[in-house]
Amino acid sequence: MIEVQHLTKRYGTFTAVDDVSFKVERGEILGFLGPNGAGKTTTMRVLTGYIPATAGRAIVAGHDVFDKPLDAKRRTGYLPETPPLYPDMTVLEYLTFVAKIKGVAPKERKTRIDQVMRKTYVGDMANRACGKLSKGYRQRVGLAQALIHNPDVLILDEPTAGLDPKQIIETRRLVKELAGDHTIVLSTHILPEVAQTCQRVVIINKGKVVAVDTPANLTARLRGSETLLLQVDGDPVQVTAALQRVPGVVRVQAADAHDHLASYEIDSERGRDLRRDLARAVVGSGFGLLELRPMRMSLEEVFLSLTTEESPVEEAHA
Amino acid sequence: MRNVMAIAGRELRSYFASPIAYVVIGFFALVFGQMYVGVMTWFVQQGTQMGMGMGPQSLNVNQQMIRPLLLNMTVVFLFLLPLITMRTYSEEKRSGTMELLLTSPITDLEIILGKFLGALALYSVMLAVTVIHFGLLFWFGRPEWKPLATAYLGLLLFGASFISIGLFISSLTRNQIVAGAATFAVFLLLWIIDWIGSAFGPTAESVFKYLSMTGHLDDFIKGVIDTKHLVYYVSFIIFGLFLTARSVDTERWRG
Repeated sequence: MIEVQHLTKRYGTFTAVDDVSFKVERGEILGFLGPNGAGKTTTMRVLTGYIPATAGRAIVAGHDVFDKPLDAKRRTGYLPETPPLYPDMTVLEYLTFVAKIKGVAPKERKTRIDQVMRKTYVGDMANRACGKLSKGYRQRVGLAQALIHNPDVLILDEPTAGLDPKQIIETRRLVKELAGDHTIVLSTHILPEVAQTCQRVVIINKGKVVAVDTPANLTARLRGSETLLLQVDGDPVQVTAALQRVPGVVRVQAADAHDHLASYEIDSERGRDLRRDLARAVVGSGFGLLELRPMRMSLEEVFLSLTTEESPVEEAHA
Repeated sequence: MRNVMAIAGRELRSYFASPIAYVVIGFFALVFGQMYVGVMTWFVQQGTQMGMGMGPQSLNVNQQMIRPLLLNMTVVFLFLLPLITMRTYSEEKRSGTMELLLTSPITDLEIILGKFLGALALYSVMLAVTVIHFGLLFWFGRPEWKPLATAYLGLLLFGASFISIGLFISSLTRNQIVAGAATFAVFLLLWIIDWIGSAFGPTAESVFKYLSMTGHLDDFIKGVIDTKHLVYYVSFIIFGLFLTARSVDTERWRG
């Protein structure tokens, strides 16, 4: 549905986006993840035809955004970082205006407006001036605006920025509901958001793509040896000794010891699942097993390791 | 065309949703009303003096009353038109709605024409206010209507030229005050450009005289539609809109 090939955008000598390529399939939610200033907004602006690229191609819904901008724009809905509202218009007037310029046929306008207002839960604010809306409602009207012409592609720039936790959850649910009918690209610098809403993630840093994968694969890929976390009731020295006897254990490290209660981090050989053996060893030695769970690298850690590995020296300067 | 009308409609709506339209039209009516009374008082005095065998030999409503009034009116527009055009692009750039327009399936030209027509519509409302004043003259006297009709055509072209330049200047900045001040300065320069002409020899003088905004209006007010002046205003408008288009496009590349 979206195809970006070797996209580069330079402002003078500054390269905001550097040779970025990725694809988004129909109905998919792609997360665009990166620190502030990584080039997320620039990439999205190129995709929506707001700014032209210096080099490379972007094809949205089968239309090149440079050669056929109007065709591409007709099939793209875009929510910029700040919702583009006219403060003096009411929500209804605003959506009517947007429907007109997005090319919604006069006959369908009313039904479309009703539909998107219902979808984004802004119906009760229909006659309120956009300038007097709360941040959450502004964001939702922004989303309604992006949906009004029923576009194939939805591009959302930080859709949850500045919302309160309840609104964030609602927005995420809304975005998930929209997937399927629409192909969605959303950007964020909040990692759990990606893990919760997106099927695939593009991690971008300093204008370059550092990784493209599913959230699960990303975390898996970066896990070195498998690490398990145990909490055991028993004398730490004896427990450590018992754990070390289990075949396949590489390293045992005790932590947080309070008398008889301690946590242990256990590194195992790669690809071996030692959970059963460890549980048997602990229980068999007469200790109490309180907790046993695999430790995964969180997306935060993946993200940090991906974005800082590149050039630690530069990071220190920044 | 449908897109142009959508943009124009929104522009006009927003003038009337904010105090801008009311302030601009209200003050225009006030100032023009004062001018009207002033010129009429003078005209009546002249008439009385003529009746007593003094003063001018003949009096003509078109020449001695309507013409000075129309010329004075343009001075008021010099101050008020920047207030109309200064927000057109600056406001959209500041509030981020420019992003909405430029990512919608409409062309830059449609946006420009929409904004141009929106501002022109508000200007026409201001002009329409003066129909009351001149209508009174027709009620009590018998002036010629043809020079007045051509004068309105001239004023429309004159205002449209200024609006096209105002649009261009507004497209250069996201700060409305800067846009307004710069627009006023440029309007004033175009107004008095013929003052300096004679300092640079006869060729320059005729060039500067040609460029002057008001010089081309006089024939319209006298009741003459001269293609020379039509060409001047129309090319001025096209030039202004062209500059706006270039500016919007350049802004895009610079981001």
